[in-house]
Amino acid sequence: MKKRIQMVLAISALALLSTSLLSGCGKSQAKAGSNGEVYVYNWGEYIDESVIEEFEKETGIKVVYDLFETNEEMYPVIEAGGVKYDAVCPSDYMIQKMAQNNLLAEINFDNIPNYKEIDPKYLEMSKSFDPENKYSIPYSWGTVGILYNTKMVAKEDIPTKWSDLWDEKFKDNILMQDSVRDAFMVALKSLGYSMNTTNEQEIKEAKELLIKQKPLVQAYVIDQVRDKMIGGEAAVGVIYSGEMLYIQNEVKDLGLDYSLEYVIPEEGTNLWLDSWVIPANAPNKENAEKWINFLCRPDIAKKNFEYITYPTPNKGAFDLLDPELKNNKALFPDDSMLKNSEVYKYLGDQSDSLYNEAWKEVKSN
Amino acid sequence: MNKKLLSGPYLMWMIGFILIPLALIVFYGLTDKSGAFTLSNVLSISTEEHAKALWLSLGLSLLSTVLCLVLAYPLAMILRTRGMGQGSFIVFIFILPMWMNFLLRTLAWQTLLEKNGVINGILSALHLPNQGLINTPGAIILGMVYNFLPFMVLPIYNVLMKIDDNVVNAARDLGANSLQVLIRILLPLSIPGIVSGITMVFVPALTTFVISNILGGSKILLIGNVIEQEFTKGSNWNLGSGLSLVLMIFILISMALIAKYDKNGEGTVL
Repeated sequence: MKKRIQMVLAISALALLSTSLLSGCGKSQAKAGSNGEVYVYNWGEYIDESVIEEFEKETGIKVVYDLFETNEEMYPVIEAGGVKYDAVCPSDYMIQKMAQNNLLAEINFDNIPNYKEIDPKYLEMSKSFDPENKYSIPYSWGTVGILYNTKMVAKEDIPTKWSDLWDEKFKDNILMQDSVRDAFMVALKSLGYSMNTTNEQEIKEAKELLIKQKPLVQAYVIDQVRDKMIGGEAAVGVIYSGEMLYIQNEVKDLGLDYSLEYVIPEEGTNLWLDSWVIPANAPNKENAEKWINFLCRPDIAKKNFEYITYPTPNKGAFDLLDPELKNNKALFPDDSMLKNSEVYKYLGDQSDSLYNEAWKEVKSN
Repeated sequence: MNKKLLSGPYLMWMIGFILIPLALIVFYGLTDKSGAFTLSNVLSISTEEHAKALWLSLGLSLLSTVLCLVLAYPLAMILRTRGMGQGSFIVFIFILPMWMNFLLRTLAWQTLLEKNGVINGILSALHLPNQGLINTPGAIILGMVYNFLPFMVLPIYNVLMKIDDNVVNAARDLGANSLQVLIRILLPLSIPGIVSGITMVFVPALTTFVISNILGGSKILLIGNVIEQEFTKGSNWNLGSGLSLVLMIFILISMALIAKYDKNGEGTVL
């Protein structure tokens, strides 16, 4: 018995040794970790994993990569500072909140030469939450729109505005987004209000509208909109533009007898941006800048775009794309289609809880 | 000395993963965002939406517990009569799905119940009317019963297996019929199993938020969903913890009640 244990130990020791030798060979150019570390905090499924390896190989900086699922889940983690991250990728309104609460460091743009690849259009957009463009660098962006099933929706019923989601014809055939801001955005925009309103009366009206809509709604979902719409479960659904590429491919591959089309509603929609920021307490700020610079490199940005399929704000990467993709209006809409659209702003804790309470009322009704 | 050493890891485990987290929840639950003491988080359970969610959760979990019990007891009885070999094979078959992730199994129910799902596909093929269970409280109860049934079957089966056949035979010799054997002998003797089955089903059913999200289409707000939202979407850990404390009180009350009945049950055994 004892002998057998020794055998097992010897074999596992050998195995360990050989793997460490092998991995040692692979990283001969610059040993990962030899130039320090960078702690990255990003959304799940929001990077082509091979990009991380490439970065490690090229710079010798070891990437410690953690994931979050919602902005709201990420915020307390950064605020508490228990784990210190160097580069984080939150959304627009959350960046504003973090900057207001002094959680962000100003980026040294001299260390990010690839910054020039970012289309100035998106830097202009960023100004609504980062007025001087000093804290954030756009990583991906998109719109929110209505997806409809060409077989289940008659030609004359094709939705063109948010208020079409209150049409009795779609009873039990509507998929709404299960998130406070997105759900209220739909209601507020259909009422003609700003999606960034802090006016109690307007929020109340939107709440009542959402309660009125609830019997028509099949389900409130987030990522499942995609699969449910592909499966023909519902006629219309509120969805992020970044899902369109996957959906179009899937519809083609499955040979379905309907297609799914994306509409940006007339009343205007939410334009969102996810951007890289550096927390104020980042221990490896320079490495973080190297990381962000790497992600802004056109070929890397293209690789990431192809993996996550959310539109890239990187001009260099956009130029590298196939013409067919460039002309995909669901992904890269004309500026005229975005006329009345807005970017989310941080509304302050008080208004935030106003929205949250109203949303709970909608859900419990 | 040796015993102390052995209990060391467990002690560390309990302190690190049970006591400290619990203390943190109590701390967050009883303070506001600035860290000052407040009861408002706990008292907010009385607001309309929270109270509604709590009652709904209590109702649904109670109903699923009863359904589990009604389904599990006869099954455990059947398994008892099958004896060791066959019985434990059926138990094995019963536990087999639990080797698969709970989330996956719940998602599978979603695809089964959906409008264009598997069940409706079969019903249509047989020219039967389609079911519309998905996104209703009924679907949530189905999900709870399906997921938690094994937790009811196993403890009852264990207790029933331990009952000496001679006790049953003695009752029969004394003229008891099958119903009397069940009510006067088997049921009282299996109360400890029933009780632990009830706790093991009721507690997770009361706090679940995944099942209501996946099978209820997020249209039905349970107290577990409220708490989850406060943490992941509202960034309000204090309120979330406060509501968790309220939930803990309910769980403690149910456990205390059950412990009382359990004692009585065991009292009759002695």
